[in-house]
Amino acid sequence: MKTIVFAEHLNGKFTKSSLEAVSYASAWSASVGGTCIAITYGSIDASVLGTAGANEVWKMDALSAADGEQITKLMLAAQKESGATAIVLSQDLIGKSVAPRLSVRLNAGLVSGASFLPTGNIVKKNVFSGKAIAHVTVNSEISIVTVLPNSYGVNAAGAACPVNAFNAEVGTARVRVKEVRVEESESIPLPEADKVVSAGRGMKGPENWGMIEELAKELGAATACSRPVSDIGWRPHHEHVGQTGIAIRPNLYIAVGISGAIQHLAGVNGSKVIVVINKDPEAPFFKAADYGIIGDAFEVVPQLIAAAKAFNATK
Amino acid sequence: MKILVCVSKAPDTTSKIAFTNNNSSFDEAGVNFIVNPYDEWYALVRALELKEAQGGNVTVLSVGGIDYEQIIRKALAIGADDAVRIDAPESDALSVSTHIANYAKDKGFDLILCGKETINYNGSVVPGMVAELLDMPLVALAAKLDVTNGVATCEREVTGGMEVLEVNLPAVISAAKGMAEQRIPNMRGIMAARTKALEVVSVENTTATTSVNNYELPPAKSACKYVDPANAAELITLLHQEAKVI
Ligand SMILES: Cc1cc2nc3c(=O)[nH]c(=O)nc-3n(C[C@H](O)[C@H](O)[C@H](O)COP(=O)(O)OP(=O)(O)OC[C@H]3O[C@@H](n4cnc5c(N)ncnc54)[C@H](O)[C@@H]3O)c2cc1C
Repeated sequence: MKTIVFAEHLNGKFTKSSLEAVSYASAWSASVGGTCIAITYGSIDASVLGTAGANEVWKMDALSAADGEQITKLMLAAQKESGATAIVLSQDLIGKSVAPRLSVRLNAGLVSGASFLPTGNIVKKNVFSGKAIAHVTVNSEISIVTVLPNSYGVNAAGAACPVNAFNAEVGTARVRVKEVRVEESESIPLPEADKVVSAGRGMKGPENWGMIEELAKELGAATACSRPVSDIGWRPHHEHVGQTGIAIRPNLYIAVGISGAIQHLAGVNGSKVIVVINKDPEAPFFKAADYGIIGDAFEVVPQLIAAAKAFNATK
Repeated sequence: MKILVCVSKAPDTTSKIAFTNNNSSFDEAGVNFIVNPYDEWYALVRALELKEAQGGNVTVLSVGGIDYEQIIRKALAIGADDAVRIDAPESDALSVSTHIANYAKDKGFDLILCGKETINYNGSVVPGMVAELLDMPLVALAAKLDVTNGVATCEREVTGGMEVLEVNLPAVISAAKGMAEQRIPNMRGIMAARTKALEVVSVENTTATTSVNNYELPPAKSACKYVDPANAAELITLLHQEAKVI
């Protein structure tokens, strides 16, 4: 079985979610004795995709940006040329634009947001916002899988691999990028963060977020918040996690002054370790927690900052 | 402007998630169904705002059985002008998208709006499939949408910032948080919804390329370990030595 996987890059680096997709594709093809070809574009040293598991890379030098329709055409050409029967992308912005189009073109079953490797033609994916897992059967000859970011991990045990030039007729982009506004901040983008410090209405007001940011900084974590907090404008919308915000799966999620409503849990229940700090021992969040501190955030968080500083000093 | 908003039915966010028939189907007993929040709060409300500002018509469309009519009426109560129910089982995303595209293809919609994903299947797939089937451009996960002279301007979040995109209509756009604010239907809307047109379209079944075999619930969490608030520093030690996450 041949597998092709799309790898996206940003500012000269492959994105973490793309590397995860490559590792997933590589493990999938290896499990059935096949090979894995990573598809990318532009001017970047793509041999590094070998370290994440690609056997070879096909790169279209002439393409300079990833437009959904153009990448669709590139992937279709690569599928045709390679005869691949498995296609993998990350379930990120570009994956969400390309995978559905490929599914239509190839009449191929698509399982989106998989977090486990397929067994035979069954692919497991999270459904009900992480509250259940579906075993999905793919009934077509070609299977397409998009991999949920932060769920599979990057296996960087491979070695650099050969990069071959590849060209396809990709047409022109109909969606025009007018502007990209980079937000000036040193903080870690939330969807990629492997540690997150999150806070809710228990913080009383935006003026009290200094300690949340400081704890996050000491732990190398991104910051997040509950929905009411972003709705009332204490924090920016992009920090809102949960069923109607973004879903995240960090290794460590620390929730301060968040009650743990079911809609909030839906966005964070994929986290490996959950810490809850809440003054109410009955807060539902404790049921989903690995570690809990029943106490006032305004007393507990400063202690944690001091302890994290002391811990960092010993590293 | 003619706008089509695709809406899906989803279990209320507080529903108990359980399965029946050997874990092969979702247990609907006692479950209250709602309009999928992304479809309702963002896609539908933004469509209504655009219509209010510029004139036009907003049609809501669902693919599903008679049990869908309750959520379609809700969408009409919020303000959609008319509705379509395509009477077909909601099998897989490709079949649903095929039904949507077949219906929309000769209706001259300028804009097809969908929520970014459903909260029960979390696919994020239908908007892209509809776009491909209708040969339209797609902007996925737009958090802002404006339309001037047949050109849609969208903003969306990308790693480390915001991106401003422009696309000529007709186009498919999927809506993320930020595009609009939830609207609560008022009594007048609810009354008016009863008499608004709801067209039911019968279609032939399509073959599904994927099917759900069974469901499982994630493994239960082990009990929470409590740390004394007077000695909160202990947490940092546990996270390092026991959980090994820092
Ligand atoms: C359809 C729908 C979708 C939703 N989607 C989301 C979503 O995506 N994300 C989301 O977060 N919510 C969502 N919600 C809202 C959700 O139901 C809750 O209302 C929300 O998560 C509560 O936010 P909170 O925990 O910050 O606030 P509260 O529920 O007010 O909780 C505040 C907590 O802080 C604690 N506290 C107060 N003071 C202190 C202190 N000094 N020290 C320590 N703890 C303190 C309190 O004990 C309490 O537990 C949704 C709701 C609906 C109906």
